[in-house]
Amino acid sequence: MAEKKSKKKDPKEWGLEIDAEKCKGCGFCVEFCPKAVLEMSGDFNAKGYHPPKIVDIDACTYCDMCEMVCPEFAIWETSEKHDKKAHIADEFIRMDRMPHIWCPGCGIGTVVNCLVKAMQDAGLDRNNTQIVSGIGCTGRVAGYVDVDSYHTTHGRAIPFATGLALGNPDLNVIVVSGDGDLTAIGGNHFFHAARRNVNLTVICVNNFNYGMTGGQVAPTTPEGAIAVTTPYGAYDKPFNIPFIADSCGAVYVARWTTYHVRHLQNSIKAAIQKDGFSLVEAISPCPTLYGRRNRLGDGLDSMKFYKEISKRAKKEHTTADADIAFQEEILVGKFVDRERAPLHEAMDASFKAKLGDKYAGWPVPG
Amino acid sequence: MKADPKRVLTGSHFLNGNHSATEGALAAGCTFAAGYPITPSTEIVERIASRFPQVGGVFIQMEDEIASSICLQGGVWAGHKSMTVTSGPGLSLMMEHIGLAAITETPCVLIDVQRTGPSTGLPTKTGQADMMQARWGSHGDYEIIALAPSSPQDCFDFTIDCFNLAEEYRTPVFLMSDESTGHMLEKVVIPEADKIDIVERKYYTGSEPYLPYKEEANGIPLMSKAGMGHYYHITGLTHDERGYPVLTQPVQKQMMKRLMGKVNDNVDKLTRVERINLDDADVAIVSYGISYRIALKAMEMAREKGVKAGILRLITCWPFPEKVVEELAKNFKSLVMVEQNFGQMYYEMDRVSNKHCNTFLCGSAGGDVHDPEEICNTILEAAK
Repeated sequence: MAEKKSKKKDPKEWGLEIDAEKCKGCGFCVEFCPKAVLEMSGDFNAKGYHPPKIVDIDACTYCDMCEMVCPEFAIWETSEKHDKKAHIADEFIRMDRMPHIWCPGCGIGTVVNCLVKAMQDAGLDRNNTQIVSGIGCTGRVAGYVDVDSYHTTHGRAIPFATGLALGNPDLNVIVVSGDGDLTAIGGNHFFHAARRNVNLTVICVNNFNYGMTGGQVAPTTPEGAIAVTTPYGAYDKPFNIPFIADSCGAVYVARWTTYHVRHLQNSIKAAIQKDGFSLVEAISPCPTLYGRRNRLGDGLDSMKFYKEISKRAKKEHTTADADIAFQEEILVGKFVDRERAPLHEAMDASFKAKLGDKYAGWPVPG
Repeated sequence: MKADPKRVLTGSHFLNGNHSATEGALAAGCTFAAGYPITPSTEIVERIASRFPQVGGVFIQMEDEIASSICLQGGVWAGHKSMTVTSGPGLSLMMEHIGLAAITETPCVLIDVQRTGPSTGLPTKTGQADMMQARWGSHGDYEIIALAPSSPQDCFDFTIDCFNLAEEYRTPVFLMSDESTGHMLEKVVIPEADKIDIVERKYYTGSEPYLPYKEEANGIPLMSKAGMGHYYHITGLTHDERGYPVLTQPVQKQMMKRLMGKVNDNVDKLTRVERINLDDADVAIVSYGISYRIALKAMEMAREKGVKAGILRLITCWPFPEKVVEELAKNFKSLVMVEQNFGQMYYEMDRVSNKHCNTFLCGSAGGDVHDPEEICNTILEAAK
């Protein structure tokens, strides 16, 4: 699963820009810069965070790692020659709603960043792109992405998205929601949409708890982890999300952490381009709740930890191997990539076969 | 706009109420339905499943009523006239999504073929005990519109009305049918397509950025749909006219004033009643749905016994026709509500009668239609 190396950029044509006021001081960019271009500064922005500063621009290879990993869209590469003035999210994010509500060090912003890049790379028709979210921190994604977007009810993004996908099969319907939303209250819908292979891309941001409501236990909370409704430690076995998606019949299943920005982008792009039910799980830090309750440090500490303990799935691995135990190895990679007719195609083919001339065809929305 | 002839089963038919409702939906231009099997409503979706591929439409049986009630809303935003069909227990499951449809102003139709409750109750038998649930079942404040059919012909006609009202008011609209009406076989006359008026969805086609909740002159915002390039945001959170969540009291007040006003300011327009023999009557019966038809018999029986009874039939149950009922209360000594429950619309009637007159309830536990003798006895009691 070697990555294609991006074309090396000519440093003379590129620059780096930081919007200090957008920064929440998470430190991801400094940590993940491969060339030590950045350091956290001693300055304060208006919100009291320390933004990064450029200390060695000559070392910068414009690999766009910082731009991709920043959850606040606050640092980006610029180039007059290549007509790039703003962060790539600028075009696809409702910038009039920034800053978003996610905590400093939360990985959801990073996932959105990867989603936006994937949407661009996939060459999606923006008009046909639809984002559907449930409720929760990740549920707020729909509100920030500048396409037709829907912030629905807890657990029910998938059936709403099914209505869109069946109502107009030309739409690119992307569901972005959290682990609790998709596998607890939304579990039933998740299973059936995967079983039926509804043409959806589902991005599940897994931060091992219910963040928005204060850090309660979720079906993904590892055994022994502290959550506010299991203050003595979680006692039940957590879901292995790739395994569920796989066993229910999803045609594409991948898992990455928010550290793996390039892989996440590529997987999201592949999922978008794939016909049928595609799931990408993105393991994310939750520094304010899950992280704090379990003394895991801040968002950056979680990200560094992911970098250390993520293990790339090999050919012999299946989704059954993807269980996650508390602070132990996280198996990442693409697990499933297979072919199966998506639901609307199966329905259409069935009607054609049975009704012949009498079939009125798939209804074009009025 | 007239109905599409390809979707209208013109002719004189012998159909049950459920099948008639399906034909009404087709004639109204419904092209999306999501449902879950529940007695006594299943004939509707069964017929839809069979007819849609022939005339154009997507029907999907979802995994439960919760999924059905939101899937249909996805269908609306994809550009379809959408519906779901259920009975009492299923309607209970749909409550959260009724609220979602109300706050997002998603036009849609929900058919409730009522059965006996509570809980599993008598699944194959009739009832009218979901009337309050349809109105108040979801949390928070919101308005809905509900029509009550009394015959298979009504099921055809009123289903079309429901779709038209949904488009006009951008609100969920209920057809409060019941098992008796749904399973009853009667003559249903379906006219030529050009005799059927349907209301088309009004889309925003301007060049300015689309504001999904900008009030038009009639108080109702213009719709959009997926793919029009409006890049709208639709949320169940309190929102301003941009559709963006703004979680403040002033925005809540603004939004609620408009949402509630859509129906509340139009009660007169929405009120549909029928008056039978009220001109010379001493006692007025107020009834709706299947109970109205039994009340007709009771009215005759009472007249034979020397008590002049008349009927105010409610076609629109919600919003409750307050003015009409209050006027009635001022002109009659007694009002008698006949319904198949322990008192639901009765309390509305009693509330607006405002001490002008006596109010009586001829209710029932449900399970079968009233014995007209029972109703007649209540009329006689009311006449004393």
